[in-house]
Amino acid sequence: MVRTVVLNIDNKKVRAKEGTSILDVARKSSADIPTLCHENGLDPYGACRICSVEIEKKGRTKIVAACCYPVEEGLKVRTKSPKINKIRKTIIELAAISAGEGLSGEMRLLASKYNADLSRFRSRVPTESTKCILCGLCIRRCIEANWDSIIGFSGRGVNKRVVLFPDRSGICSICNYCYDVCPTGRISSIGPSPHFPNIDNVIAGRE
Amino acid sequence: MLYKEPSSGKIIPKLENITFYKYQLRLLLKENARIDPKSIEDYISHGGYSALAKVLSEMSPEFVIKEIKKANLRGRGGGGFPTGVKWETTKNAIGDSKCVIVNCDEGDPGAFMDRSLIEGNPHKVLEGLIIGAYAIGADEGYVYVREEYPLAVENISIAITQAEECGLLGENILSSGFNFRVRVHRGAGAFVSGESSALMMALEGKVGEPRPKYVHTAVKGVWNKPSCLNNVETWANIPQIILKGAKWFRSIGTKGSSGTKIFSLVGKINNTGLVEVPMGITLRDLIYKIGGGIRGEKHFKAVQIGGPSGGFIPEKYLDLQVDFDELDKVGSMMGSGGMVVMDEDSCMVDAARYFVDFLLEESCGKCIPCREGLRVLSKILSDICEGRGKDGDIKLIEDIAETMGEVSLCALGKTAVNPILTSLRYFRSEWEKHIRDKSCPSKACKDLINYYIDPKKCQACQLCLRECPVGAIQGSKDQVHWIDLEKCIKCGICQEICNFGAIRKISKEPIPKNPLKGMKPIWRMEN
Repeated sequence: MVRTVVLNIDNKKVRAKEGTSILDVARKSSADIPTLCHENGLDPYGACRICSVEIEKKGRTKIVAACCYPVEEGLKVRTKSPKINKIRKTIIELAAISAGEGLSGEMRLLASKYNADLSRFRSRVPTESTKCILCGLCIRRCIEANWDSIIGFSGRGVNKRVVLFPDRSGICSICNYCYDVCPTGRISSIGPSPHFPNIDNVIAGRE
Repeated sequence: MLYKEPSSGKIIPKLENITFYKYQLRLLLKENARIDPKSIEDYISHGGYSALAKVLSEMSPEFVIKEIKKANLRGRGGGGFPTGVKWETTKNAIGDSKCVIVNCDEGDPGAFMDRSLIEGNPHKVLEGLIIGAYAIGADEGYVYVREEYPLAVENISIAITQAEECGLLGENILSSGFNFRVRVHRGAGAFVSGESSALMMALEGKVGEPRPKYVHTAVKGVWNKPSCLNNVETWANIPQIILKGAKWFRSIGTKGSSGTKIFSLVGKINNTGLVEVPMGITLRDLIYKIGGGIRGEKHFKAVQIGGPSGGFIPEKYLDLQVDFDELDKVGSMMGSGGMVVMDEDSCMVDAARYFVDFLLEESCGKCIPCREGLRVLSKILSDICEGRGKDGDIKLIEDIAETMGEVSLCALGKTAVNPILTSLRYFRSEWEKHIRDKSCPSKACKDLINYYIDPKKCQACQLCLRECPVGAIQGSKDQVHWIDLEKCIKCGICQEICNFGAIRKISKEPIPKNPLKGMKPIWRMEN
């Protein structure tokens, strides 16, 4: 049997099922927490960190990712504070380093909401804009829809890329989901080849 | 044949009187020199597996956990989490099958603690693991060894086979009804795979990336089974606690941290190597007594503890007692126990850059703050070291460091800012000199220094002239040399080989004019 716990979100008492994430509970109680790598129905991934909230437990505060943290009895959550806003602003500015400044979608909205200066860090590190923040939503959504994915990650760290597996392109059901979930507008059209570099070219260093 | 102390020239016949060993307490390492790691008989003849026999014959699992909790053993992998509590959490977690794992994915530059233990005494680690499995109620064990340690893989595999043959592993161990199997998993060489959740992903055959772990791996770990992951050194500590008791273990070390810790003492000191000392020893004792002081009469500047994400500790904290809590207080961490000593010639900005670059290479790239934060930090630090620092850079670094330290997904990103923050905290004036004056006070940053031949000291011996790889040194026999700065690549070979100490590094000072053409060395002029 699932227990019900009582917690406090932005000074409002909320009842929730034990084990649900802070994000799910907060969104039901109409607190606004931004996300870039989260999608209802997909497992939490915890990569964008933009959903960071402040929690207070046994008198100690810390910052956690709301999409992954399960609610507990007596938990105090603050979804907005000057500190949180600053962190979110910095994360967007950091993400813009590789993603570039010409973004659309959710990322654009958040950038203006948090007043992020997209060129603040980007001007120091001249890199080619990929329009991708590696949130992995397209890949995870593709696996959900097709049981397998025609796209996936390759590389590590700053060399990580979303790449296309050409031999699997036959399984693409043109479901359009990857296009729907992309938070930066990277995926601009539908079809079996959503403009990602071919894995063979990436491994061979051609792209 | 006998050991001669370099400083006094005195002959010291006994090992225990040599200063390097005199101040150590080698509880874990002492057997390394005495036993053959490939022989279980050797280990047993040194009292091996008697702790396991004691546990299986007269102790209940609950009692073992109680004993470990009482001993206050803390995780030696870096976090310092109480081992007994972790075992209890795993034991109480719901699951039909449970796992115990040895973390031997040691990737810190210059650290070889786990390697020496698992290569030199694999049965000790295995014995600790079997005791842990019995206490927790686990039936599966894994030893995660990095592929780069081939001897470690070989020795632990042999140890497992021998233990199976002797009935110390497998079904019904020592007729106690307890079943346990161990497998070796070879890591493919990612630094981040030493992080608990990433290691478990790698064990499952997936990409070694950390996952969010607000639900602890002790509750939901590898294949969603409750999994207890401990460092090699932690497991190796278990047999002696069982044999000699928790009270004995607590009598060693400090109140908060009991027992001994192995450090990998490296850097600019006279005696380098693995040292095992009781917790609470001061840094001064470690560096000056055991380490034999700084090499070449130089001055101590800082020590970096805990691997690439540990902080720098300056001279004023030399009397700090080394344990988990004290290190935390000064912004460093125990980490796995790497200890890099730096002298006056080390530049703290350059050192911070080195570690940030290492972590940038090793970041898995999953979360934005760590991936992108390290990328900018690395770029800004190179700019500063190469004379392109700007006003406001320190503020920028602090902004990024704050966000990274708070919200990164795993400990790699969270602690990656330690070297930068401690360097800024204790050596801020060096940073300011780099940025404002474009000078490097330690004369280590190549782009901010020049080499210069003092015409008053140069004897025109042509040694440097011949050795210079780019032919930047001008002059001839009977004529004082000078360096053509346009050609010089600042490799420092000339300074190293000069017999007269005529070549020195200058930073920010005006570059003196080249000597007059045909100027003779001073001694020739006098004659």
